[in-house]
Amino acid sequence: MYKDKDRYLNILLISPSILAVLIFIYGFIAWSVRVSLSKWKGLTPDYTWNGLKNYIDLFADPRFAVDVKNTLIFTGVFVFGCLILGFLLAVMLDQGLRGEGFFRSLFLFPMAISYIVTGVVWRWLMNPATGSRTSGLNLLFTYIGLDSWVNAWHTTPKWGMAAIALAAIWQMSGYTMALYLAGLRAIPHELKEAARIDGANEIQIYRHIMIPLLAPVTLSALIILGHMSLKVFDMIVAIAGKQLQLDVPAIYMWQATFDGLFYARGAAIGILLLVSVAILIIPYMHYTLKTEGQT
Amino acid sequence: MNFIRRNWLYVPLVAMAVFYLIPTYVMLVTGFKSFEEVDLKTMWNLPRGIAFDNYIEAYNKLSPSLRNSFMVVIPSTIISSILGSINGFVLAKWKFRGADFIFPLILFGMFIPYQSIIIPLVQFMRAIGISGLPSLAMAHIIYGIPITTLTFRNYYAGLPQELLEAAKIDGADMLGIYRHILLPISIPSFVVVLIWQFTAAWNDFLFAVILTGNQQWPVTVALNNMAGSQIIAWNVQMAGSLLAALPTLLVYIFLGRYFLRGLLAGSLKG
Amino acid sequence: MNKKLIALLSLLVIASMALTACGGGAATEAPAATEAPAATEAPAATEAPASEAGQVEVFSWWTGGGEAAGLEAMQAVFESQYPDIEFINAAVAGGAGTNARAVLATRLQSGDPPDSWQGHAGQELIGTYVAGSQIEPLNDLYEAEGWLDVMPETLIPLISQDGNIYSVPVNIHRANVLWYNPALLADNDVEVPNTIDEWFAAMNKLQAAGVQPLALGEQWTKLHLLETVLLGTLGPDAYNGLWDGTTDWGSPEVRIALENYATALSYANSDSASLTWQDASQLVVNGDAAFNVMGDWAEGYFRELGKVPNTDYGWAATPGSDGVFQFLSDSFVLAVGAPDPDAAVAWLKVAGSKEGQEAFNPVKGSICARTDCDKSLFGEYLQSAMDDWSTDIVVGSLTHGVVANDSWKTEIDTALGLFLADGNVDNFQAALVAACSSSGACQ
Repeated sequence: MYKDKDRYLNILLISPSILAVLIFIYGFIAWSVRVSLSKWKGLTPDYTWNGLKNYIDLFADPRFAVDVKNTLIFTGVFVFGCLILGFLLAVMLDQGLRGEGFFRSLFLFPMAISYIVTGVVWRWLMNPATGSRTSGLNLLFTYIGLDSWVNAWHTTPKWGMAAIALAAIWQMSGYTMALYLAGLRAIPHELKEAARIDGANEIQIYRHIMIPLLAPVTLSALIILGHMSLKVFDMIVAIAGKQLQLDVPAIYMWQATFDGLFYARGAAIGILLLVSVAILIIPYMHYTLKTEGQT
Repeated sequence: MNFIRRNWLYVPLVAMAVFYLIPTYVMLVTGFKSFEEVDLKTMWNLPRGIAFDNYIEAYNKLSPSLRNSFMVVIPSTIISSILGSINGFVLAKWKFRGADFIFPLILFGMFIPYQSIIIPLVQFMRAIGISGLPSLAMAHIIYGIPITTLTFRNYYAGLPQELLEAAKIDGADMLGIYRHILLPISIPSFVVVLIWQFTAAWNDFLFAVILTGNQQWPVTVALNNMAGSQIIAWNVQMAGSLLAALPTLLVYIFLGRYFLRGLLAGSLKG
Repeated sequence: MNKKLIALLSLLVIASMALTACGGGAATEAPAATEAPAATEAPAATEAPASEAGQVEVFSWWTGGGEAAGLEAMQAVFESQYPDIEFINAAVAGGAGTNARAVLATRLQSGDPPDSWQGHAGQELIGTYVAGSQIEPLNDLYEAEGWLDVMPETLIPLISQDGNIYSVPVNIHRANVLWYNPALLADNDVEVPNTIDEWFAAMNKLQAAGVQPLALGEQWTKLHLLETVLLGTLGPDAYNGLWDGTTDWGSPEVRIALENYATALSYANSDSASLTWQDASQLVVNGDAAFNVMGDWAEGYFRELGKVPNTDYGWAATPGSDGVFQFLSDSFVLAVGAPDPDAAVAWLKVAGSKEGQEAFNPVKGSICARTDCDKSLFGEYLQSAMDDWSTDIVVGSLTHGVVANDSWKTEIDTALGLFLADGNVDNFQAALVAACSSSGACQ
């Protein structure tokens, strides 16, 4: 099928990456697992065996329960918001309008701003004060007569994380748009032309041809956005400060490790994050790789 | 396409543009205000005067670090993108045994929370004797490999196999296929990857502050330090953030030219 | 049409920024070049101490505003007294040093300590670094410099462990300060409250008149409020007992304090969770709220806003704590294994000296840890704070690292977060008892 020389070349080309990944990722993960099974608390490393106690404690920890709930809300809103918005923007910009470059750069621009500053600006915008101290977006809504849109944003009990996800969508949907635009541009023109000749309208073309062909792009976007939503830390702290109602595992991990010196607990939270991602992503990947092999 | 039907697209586009511009407006306007004017109540108000003081002060504080940022970000972006492209090519188009195992292996590395590995990272870098800006560039390259590999691999997986078959029949080997066929049509994917890597490396704070000492800080650390810890001057901070975002924005504008249409048009014929 | 032009302009802008950065970059490399000659002069240390050569790397989180200016002023004093020692300012910003402490922890784990670093005097330093054997005791230095005579007696035990003093406090901030808007109080015929009950009565009156009684900000400011209410309810002795195990966290007295705390919270603004401490304190000087409980760095902020003491804002001890000074202090330590211990000690001498503290504190907006600083250098509020510092009973702050080590404080903070979510005082008290047993003095 392919030459032997090529097979050795394959291995040669890919081995630096594999080596780097083995050390810098799996080696360090192994260290982190070891710490999570220890009693390390305080500056001095303490590898005394502690079994799974840190993990068991986390499952009984009310703060961790809040974290999990918040992550689910945030991830759901953020990932789907970005995917849908990014896709729609890409479709709109793919139509060959004048000024495409301007809009494209405008939608991408938020990603260039540091997360902390984005967080601060959105914290101002989402200020929930009422009465004479109304400000931010609420004030804007009252100016233009959309009083019913005035709400408590991220201080809303239970669903406040969705508002923070809005800020994250603002920052990242431009990138999702770029991913979809690249994917759309890679689809041969002839396919669309052929379908149009066959009498399909635009919506059918998108539903039956474009979106399925964009599946690998959607997978990329899903994974990238998913991993971001698990790691996001700076922005949430910039918007919410370190408060329990809007806590997520990444913040808890930082606070436990560096503010509280609970190194073992921090490591356990990190490993749990990894495991939760694995549970979600691996089956999806397995399914995708299998179906790819069939085309 | 119908002229009138296409132009109504501008309505939702402009509406979205407003959504993206509102926070930018607040940043811009705050960047021109004096310290006393920064107040939640007056965030929408235009500044009393357009004084560039904040921008000048921010520029003076940030410019020494800009060089450090460029020295780290440009090489690490290019190298990690190239590595990603090669990995993606090998993993997507040459189905050797284990390809479908190695890809998730590399990919999984993307999810590691950086806070949990900074201690072993610092110790490892010290052990191998690499420090300062080179160590930061190395970290960005290595931790960028999973995501660049992912993007390229999925992009290449979506390309028709006929392209490669045709080339193989013509006698091309792997390198030849990569150089002459894949690379030219990879450009939109390179754009996406370069944008991501540049932004991630440019805006990274955690690795930057941990791996570099205070003479070698990139611009993100300088920006953070400009804020101060207790009483924060948001007017200067916003001005500084816009300045720090400028190189990244210019990269986006520059790379955006390469979102070309129909790269595959004609490649199936003949 | 303009894409090429934009691309060209962009390249020009990037190039010019890069060139300027190169110019700036070259400048920052110059100090590194002058290190080499200084290092080779080290053997000449047998000369008079003033001509010691070396370098001292001082790690802090003072990077902006008054903090950075204060550090630079103290650095100037240092450089005039020790011209041959190079001062390396390794500061990393982040509220309460959260970033700096993470960087410091990774450096200490890798065996690469700076010579000296900033920390909050008290258990934050002791519980972390002494327990990790990372800082040296400084009793000899204190004796040699005569600091035991000029620092308040009640301070020394709070920054020591087993008789060893571990840090040199540079400044003192007060945590138990009640800021108020004089006009709002006068308009509503409300006196400045002395006790907690008077405070609640005053806030009731204000609330009835439609005035926001209390301004609060994000979670840590509520922890700050908690410690002042604990102090105001329990009094200094029982308050101190909380931190050395003699006061039971589960006792009825503590329960009353927690109930007072819950009541105080009920007078706070509804958007508190989205405000920083700055935003919250600003409400008082803007006339949008009557009271705010915050440390006296708020005073520096008010003055930066152009506000006038006693006209735009007034201050008093938090209700129930008159005559008690709840302090926090930024201080410097001597690292175990410091690359240049002599230079580090030289820095500590300056930090504890009258000149150093007089240079630093007026600019920073705090008062000297020494009681012999020149009062005329300070503004109106700071002068009153200096009087209180030398006469009041001194107790330590919780939020700012004096009385509880980092682990304990984090657990208290988590307990507080849960309480803010569900308002259940019983659970709160139980969680505080648990925190004391797991990380605190009740172990």
